[in-house]
Amino acid sequence: MLEVRDLHAYYGKSHILQGVSLDVNAGEIVSLLGRNGVGRSTTIKAIMGEVEPHGSIKFKGQEIAGLKSHSIAQLGLGYVPENRDIFPTLTVRQNLLLGQKSARNTGRWSMEDMFELFPNLRDRADTPGGVLSGGEQQMLAMCRTLMGDPDLVMVDEPTEGLAPQLVEKVAELLNEIASRDLSILLVEQKLTIALKISARVYVMGHGEIVFEGTPEDLRRNEAVRQEWLEV
Amino acid sequence: MEVFLFSTFNGVLYGMLLFMLASGLTLIFSLMGVLNFAHASFFMLGAYFAYQISTYTGFWSALLVAPLIVGLVGALVERYGLRPVHRFGHVAELLFTFGLAFVMEEVIQMIWGKVPVPYDVPELLNVAAFEWRGLQYSAYRLFMLGVSVAIFVALFLFIAKTRVGLMIQAALSHPQMVQSLGHDVPTIFMWTFGFGCALAGIAGVIGGNVLGTEPSMAITLGPIVFVVIVIGGLGSLWGALIAALFIGIIDNLAITFDVSIYPLFALFGVAREAEGIMSDLVNLTSGGISPVLPYLMLVLMLIFRPRGLFGTRDV
Repeated sequence: MLEVRDLHAYYGKSHILQGVSLDVNAGEIVSLLGRNGVGRSTTIKAIMGEVEPHGSIKFKGQEIAGLKSHSIAQLGLGYVPENRDIFPTLTVRQNLLLGQKSARNTGRWSMEDMFELFPNLRDRADTPGGVLSGGEQQMLAMCRTLMGDPDLVMVDEPTEGLAPQLVEKVAELLNEIASRDLSILLVEQKLTIALKISARVYVMGHGEIVFEGTPEDLRRNEAVRQEWLEV
Repeated sequence: MEVFLFSTFNGVLYGMLLFMLASGLTLIFSLMGVLNFAHASFFMLGAYFAYQISTYTGFWSALLVAPLIVGLVGALVERYGLRPVHRFGHVAELLFTFGLAFVMEEVIQMIWGKVPVPYDVPELLNVAAFEWRGLQYSAYRLFMLGVSVAIFVALFLFIAKTRVGLMIQAALSHPQMVQSLGHDVPTIFMWTFGFGCALAGIAGVIGGNVLGTEPSMAITLGPIVFVVIVIGGLGSLWGALIAALFIGIIDNLAITFDVSIYPLFALFGVAREAEGIMSDLVNLTSGGISPVLPYLMLVLMLIFRPRGLFGTRDV
């Protein structure tokens, strides 16, 4: 589904990504773990075309490095950014409508699906997005991206700042998404949900992938966890 | 009383014309961060195109076609002028539009000459709509008011209800996110720019035959439009509407009622002398200072409330 090979990216003169390679297969949940500032968010921004990528990024067999982000989204790649970027003056319903890529929605997800998954959003359908709680905004941001019917969703730190019950809710949603035959690339700092729901995990350090394996491999590998993950 | 009403009415009309320019300008500014110095030039372009078209097929077709051409010119200017300049930052964009305003003025002079062109009010509407206590009110002015109110309503419905309007609202704060959802933001920018120019074009079509269609019309009106969007608050359509009406009405009343501004000076104990350095100043009337009133408001607004009436951020 997604093949990233030798990806480099720069912010001004700093060399942020130094040759990242990773794969996400169809229907698979893959996590990209690591501490703050190691380049996880930059990796998905580069895949999405928001940071200029150097290297090869293939999505469904097509080279997408160098395309504009709206064209990449049109190909079926969804992105939920870390700061959620809810449109604050638009209502919940309008936020969801803008997730659709065209006025006619023929995708896997209808607005009704979203409201069934998150009754809170139904109750607040006509409330401006800006006044929702952090947890509600996170759900809305994910639902909005799903409305565009992506084949692969990249989610950046969905559990950050959320209460424990909501973290569980996010995990449920991610499993629900995967059950509809979507792939997920999950970026996380904490291991809580990543190890529970992922098929494979990558660990990043200093702009490179430093570990690759199953959640079980990572649980057993204390050295990697101590050096690259635990604070 | 009737003079007051008529004058206020004219003020509302002038204000609605200002709003048609200011709404496009403020939309373009809040969406793209571009302060378009050439905006009033598109207003002028609308008037000249309307004049030219009306010499062939009459006013009514000009009313439809001229704004469309102006909008298209605007979209082309954005795509092939502004967009390449964009990566050099907002100052470069500002200088670009500044230069463009002068280029457009010169080109218009080359084609249509320096003197006003005879762009007149259409025969059909060149009559009095009603008479009240001996004062006549022109049908064309009523028509102008009707068009500008219709445009205003259509603009608000477009922004609030249509899908493209929602995208524009969303892109005001989060252009990158709109893009990541698969919407082509640069193209939205291009058409918003064209749309804003077309609104200015409509104002030119319906205002050019009343205000006079001549090469300096853009320079005359342009700065006042800037005053409107600063007072209203950059990026706020409601603010632009209120500020435009306010300036339109103040301006008309100040001229109609030409009252002496001496009482202002009397407050500070300045004597009313017939001669001496202050004599010209204390003998001014409100009509005499009306051209400076908008700029005075601009300066005061920037000092005391830099975000304007309804703005969400400082200038």
